[in-house]
Amino acid sequence: MKKTLLAGIAVILLGLSVLWAQGNDVVIKIINGQKTVLAAPDLHGSGAAQNFMGAFNDTLFSDLQNSGFFDMAPKGMYPLQVPQRPEDFRQPPRPGTSMGGLALADWASPPVSTNYLATGYTAEQNGQIVLYGWLFDVGQPNLANAQILGKRYFGSVDEAGARLVAHQFAADILAHWGGTSLFGTKIYFVSNRTGHKEIWSMDPDGSNQKQLTSFKSISIMPAISPDGSKLAFTSYASGNPGIFILSTETGRRLPFYNQRASLNATPDLMPDGKQILYASSASGYTQIYVANLDGSNLRRISSSRAIEVEPKVNPKTGNDIVFVSGRTGPQQIFRMNFDGTGVERLTNGEGEASNPCWNPNGEVIAFSWTRGYATGNFNIFLMDVASREYSQLTHSEGRNENPSWAPDGRHLVFMSTRSGSHEIYTMLADGTQVHQLTSAGNNWTPVWGK
Amino acid sequence: MLLKRKWSIICIAIALVMVASGCKKKAPPPPPPAPPPTKTVEAPPPAAPDITEFSAEPSSIERGGSSTLKWTVTNANQITIDNGVGSVQATGSRSVYPNQTTTYTLRATGPGGTLSKSATVNVTAPPPPAAPPPAKPDLGQRMSALQDAYYDYDKSDVRDDARSALTKDADLLKSIFQDFPDAVITLEGHCDERGSAEYNLGLGDRRATSAKDFLVQLGVPADKLKTISYGKERPVCTESNEECWQRNRRAHFSTGQ
Repeated sequence: MKKTLLAGIAVILLGLSVLWAQGNDVVIKIINGQKTVLAAPDLHGSGAAQNFMGAFNDTLFSDLQNSGFFDMAPKGMYPLQVPQRPEDFRQPPRPGTSMGGLALADWASPPVSTNYLATGYTAEQNGQIVLYGWLFDVGQPNLANAQILGKRYFGSVDEAGARLVAHQFAADILAHWGGTSLFGTKIYFVSNRTGHKEIWSMDPDGSNQKQLTSFKSISIMPAISPDGSKLAFTSYASGNPGIFILSTETGRRLPFYNQRASLNATPDLMPDGKQILYASSASGYTQIYVANLDGSNLRRISSSRAIEVEPKVNPKTGNDIVFVSGRTGPQQIFRMNFDGTGVERLTNGEGEASNPCWNPNGEVIAFSWTRGYATGNFNIFLMDVASREYSQLTHSEGRNENPSWAPDGRHLVFMSTRSGSHEIYTMLADGTQVHQLTSAGNNWTPVWGK
Repeated sequence: MLLKRKWSIICIAIALVMVASGCKKKAPPPPPPAPPPTKTVEAPPPAAPDITEFSAEPSSIERGGSSTLKWTVTNANQITIDNGVGSVQATGSRSVYPNQTTTYTLRATGPGGTLSKSATVNVTAPPPPAAPPPAKPDLGQRMSALQDAYYDYDKSDVRDDARSALTKDADLLKSIFQDFPDAVITLEGHCDERGSAEYNLGLGDRRATSAKDFLVQLGVPADKLKTISYGKERPVCTESNEECWQRNRRAHFSTGQ
């Protein structure tokens, strides 16, 4: 609707209706529109466990909500009594009689109208916090059929322990819908909050922000191996921009031979863990190369008199490479085979496009594109590589760049200037559930790793 | 008894009369007897001080050098030399370091009088040291005259204005490399903020390279010029307008990282 309006205005103003190509926007369905309704009332704890239930309930609710699998039933609609364990449920004497929350049907019927109920309680036991967690399908006629999950979780008696058991409970609930919890995954990014651009990491909710490099130089454009064990990035620490690789387990630098060139940059670690794709100016124009993980056995893949950067290999096939090239004019997204053949442009030539990133499914890429906006005003788009259909996820709230898929294939982390500075945000792949993760200094080029 | 009393009264009366008369009129005393004529011995007069020697050796020095004052004085109990030397013994020597021609005056005072004598130390200025060779301005100063080459958006070909800037730069660079044969100069390629950071690394590299190629064609030795791309990582300004963007789309000379 908005788009039609915009098109109409443009036609009137420019009088050039022929130039206003009808975009082929379609919704790339990463997120199913039909969502399950889930109720997750605040749980209580006995003894010392109660002190940490605020952190617990926040964590559980936001993990479930951010997963994108559920429409969370609003807490204000819940019945007064919340069953904390299976024994608390009561069978209503007659169907339709309210038990004030103690009947399954009390949750299935209005105003809650939920499909599922996640409940339980915590207690302190043997110096640990214990969570008893249950998931009920409240549409079932009896309790025996309704119980889907019933499990105990253990953590330390502190806020961290309370958050841990909440994350684990949420992960088990998500698993029932085939979802992958993002708890334990890491986001790597660049921050200048120390005065220099260094590589940092954080948890997917923005907590635990840690500085990983201290080169006091310019260290940018991190990439993470699919197994999360190796972090590659571009740094000026040795003079000209070159590629550095760190082990995420030890924090140590792994050897990498940068070929003799004014520029070696934008690394991408192959799914097999043995090779690396990158861009180098060794032959003049910056072109795409592949090499062993230590930089040896290098080979040029692309061949053009144009700037070509950001190679990203398809994680499913290990063959298709998407990359950014200026070979047809302003920077656009291209695809080619691993041997450099079969080059085709994916974006239609409008505006400038950059930052392609494969969804783990190997079918869809997220990327940034200025299509429909002024030069430099990037927004996040998705594209089905086979059909080249695309959809737009952000809508001109500042610059929106460098989308990177979460390991669950449903979330994206990206950089946006919508707050006035460069900050890192996450969102669901339908553009909803936007959360700002950083606020210190300026922050760029996030990548989401296992 | 009565007689005795009479005499005492008479004596007192006479004494009173005498005292009374004494107060009224003094009779001149008789002159003292003249002393006996003494026999005078002719005593010799005290000897006048004598300055046998007061010299400055050498009497002519270069500034910063020293001269030795030497003196021998007799018949004096107080001897001073001015110009900061002060009291001295009858015989002695002292090194002096006058900054300019100075006349030292020795003053000898004794029972027989005072005597002065002067000695002059001529101070000559040393010849000025050899003038240092004319100072070369340092490399950074020389390089400040090099002009940046500016580029169009997403372009790396050398524009007309960049062509004339780089032509002047080529002459300057040749003269710089003559004076600083070991210098290596870096050409930095920069971009404005609009394109992606990743693509701009490649674009900045093209800009630095095209400026270098142009300079090499004009005879600047290729091995003296390095290139580095900063993409949009080191902008000279950060406003979002064309004036600032143009300032950032450039090739810039530096001495390296």
